[in-house]
Amino acid sequence: MAVNTSDIVFLAIISAGIVLCLLRMLKGPTASDRAVAVDTVSTITTALLVLLGSIFERYVYLDVALVYAVLTFIGSVAIARFLEKGI
Amino acid sequence: MIFVFFLILLMLVAAIAASVFRDLISAVIATTLVSLAASILFYLLAAPDVAMAEAAIGAALTTAIFIIAIRRTKRYEE
Amino acid sequence: MQIIGTVITGIGIIFLFIGSLGLFRLPDVYNRLQAGTKCTTLGAFFTIVGVGIMQPDWLLKTLVIALFILITNPISNHALGRASCKSGVPLCDRTVVDKTKNFEKCRPIHDELEGDGEIQ
Repeated sequence: MAVNTSDIVFLAIISAGIVLCLLRMLKGPTASDRAVAVDTVSTITTALLVLLGSIFERYVYLDVALVYAVLTFIGSVAIARFLEKGI
Repeated sequence: MIFVFFLILLMLVAAIAASVFRDLISAVIATTLVSLAASILFYLLAAPDVAMAEAAIGAALTTAIFIIAIRRTKRYEE
Repeated sequence: MQIIGTVITGIGIIFLFIGSLGLFRLPDVYNRLQAGTKCTTLGAFFTIVGVGIMQPDWLLKTLVIALFILITNPISNHALGRASCKSGVPLCDRTVVDKTKNFEKCRPIHDELEGDGEIQ
């Protein structure tokens, strides 16, 4: 495990982005805003998991990102189907 | 290390939001965010299998089950 | 190789940040969907492929993950946009044209309980 300066800068920028999405999730007037914010956070998280796998230098850690990319899709589609009033 | 504290803070804020929201669908969405942060925490603690299970249960299963339950009852809390 | 991968990852992460900034600042659900879909898909693609270029053994698996993101993220965001259009979320007051008024299929369903449009 070797943490460069660039990795720290990347993690800081990603954290700032997650904070902005969290503020939108807290503020958003309707439920759709909150769903969009959480969907954006889940995409950012997939990129973050791959980046953390590169920082830790473990090949196995990429599986988690793959599973995550598949499963958050199912959650978003379930919420969208509910908002459309026909699950 | 700072990143771990950031994730714990994210979990706390999302959990408080989930308990405060009157709209139950919004509460379910906030719960998704909690399990997301928990999954990254397990990942940072070098347990990728637990992170995978947490992602599967938190992101897909709980959301679907809660949504079916809300569909059968009602959406807004008095 | 390391330097090229780091630069591509940096570009992707700047796109991710711009996407969440747009999600925070834009006035409307549909505008937020723009920022949340396009910027985030491109940013995640660049980040993941950049990591694959940094560590050349991982390139195949990172390409598979990037392909998954490229397929699933627009689909889920399109479903969310369709759902918010059908449940009657209002447009912002600076909107110029709304072509969904011409199509009956895109309008909100009014028969059941109230839509999602009210400001809480």
